[in-house]
Amino acid sequence: MRKLFFPAVVVTTVMFIVVPILIVRAPYESTMGLVQKIFYFHVPGGMLLLLSPFVCGIASIRFLMTQSRQADRVALAAAELTVLFGVLTLLTGPLWARKAWGVWWEWDPRLTTSLLTWMMFVAYVLLRKYGGPGSEKLAAGLGIFGMANVPFVYKSVDVWRTLHPKTSVVPSLPPVMASVFWSAFVAFCFLYGLLLVTRVRLERQRDELERLYLELEG
Amino acid sequence: MNASMSQFLRVAWIVVKKDLTVEVRSREILYTTLFFSVSCVLVFAIAFVRQGRPLSDAAAGILWVAVQFSGTLALGRTFERERHTETLRALMLAPADRPAIYLGKLLGIFALLSVAEVILLPAVTLLFRAPLLARPLPMILLLVSGTIGFCAVGTLFAAMLARARSRDVLLPVLLYPMTIPVMIGGVMGTVALTQPEPQEALAWFWINLLVFWDVVFITLSMWTFDPLMTE
Repeated sequence: MRKLFFPAVVVTTVMFIVVPILIVRAPYESTMGLVQKIFYFHVPGGMLLLLSPFVCGIASIRFLMTQSRQADRVALAAAELTVLFGVLTLLTGPLWARKAWGVWWEWDPRLTTSLLTWMMFVAYVLLRKYGGPGSEKLAAGLGIFGMANVPFVYKSVDVWRTLHPKTSVVPSLPPVMASVFWSAFVAFCFLYGLLLVTRVRLERQRDELERLYLELEG
Repeated sequence: MNASMSQFLRVAWIVVKKDLTVEVRSREILYTTLFFSVSCVLVFAIAFVRQGRPLSDAAAGILWVAVQFSGTLALGRTFERERHTETLRALMLAPADRPAIYLGKLLGIFALLSVAEVILLPAVTLLFRAPLLARPLPMILLLVSGTIGFCAVGTLFAAMLARARSRDVLLPVLLYPMTIPVMIGGVMGTVALTQPEPQEALAWFWINLLVFWDVVFITLSMWTFDPLMTE
């Protein structure tokens, strides 16, 4: 854990001190006011929710091709982080939506895609937990399909009318808001990376412990 | 067509023939799936038809939910039978291309579900007074492409889960979120066709999307079937 101590301090400082100050100082959005600030939290979470399946899928492909245990650990960690960032996004989204649209939930492409991606990876975690021996291979298959499914889910719900702000919102932000947003995003990415590394490490230590037990008994 | 391709198709055909022969002799999965799908539709009819007036657009959803439920049942049973009689291992040991075995299994389950749909389609039409057969060609193509998509993912997952613990619970848990795009495509396409003014162009859009989905997911399944089924 010592190696990870310094990065952990940096990420914690950025997440708990720098970004909150930046968010407080950022100007109020003209129509939504204070509520808009949830955006600095919600959007980076949502971006990672939709990026994390690709980490899991690519690691799963590597695992199936090379049988590398490390790739399997990365896939597991990425799947769990998809669930975690999914919870963050799916909880903060309705808070904003209630204020901005007047409803908690809407079957809009981006919301539906996020919810279904989240559900697929909850299924992944359930499989890992209750699948018994050999489930890491099944889970790799699920990870690959989960990754491939993200664009399909998006496309198939895209035909419905959309309420959610488009991706074009981010590039068109006023410079002050954009700099705050990107700092929040970078902080989230660091958090993601740190959690991923820590989780992979934990899994490696579990394997090591298992190996030592077997050695002792054998 | 070159030799390896015809060999591939021959293996797939042998697997289909084997499954259908077993099924014709016992009719276990066929009868249970048919009965289950009809009872599903009846339960929905009791819930959603009041004084002879069904909820609007309910028929499309119910048709696809019934297909999905009976499909899950058939998938689970097909591989449970293989596992129970130890023939899954024999199938994997056979000196044949694994993707060909996958394709054979997929076609067998597709054939079974198609028979169920032949019963389901008129049942839903009658009980929900839905004009499902007003435009037969797009309706049949929707069902075919949607069912293939569902079976493509389902066959792979059911095969993978055949050896896992708590497979009965895990199959729907994994399959339902994964096949949501197929369900959206199928339901939306069917809704478009059952409107008072059928929107055929919209239905064709969904058929195209479903076919694209089928191609991607069958390719992906064939590619992953071999490494996933290796012990």
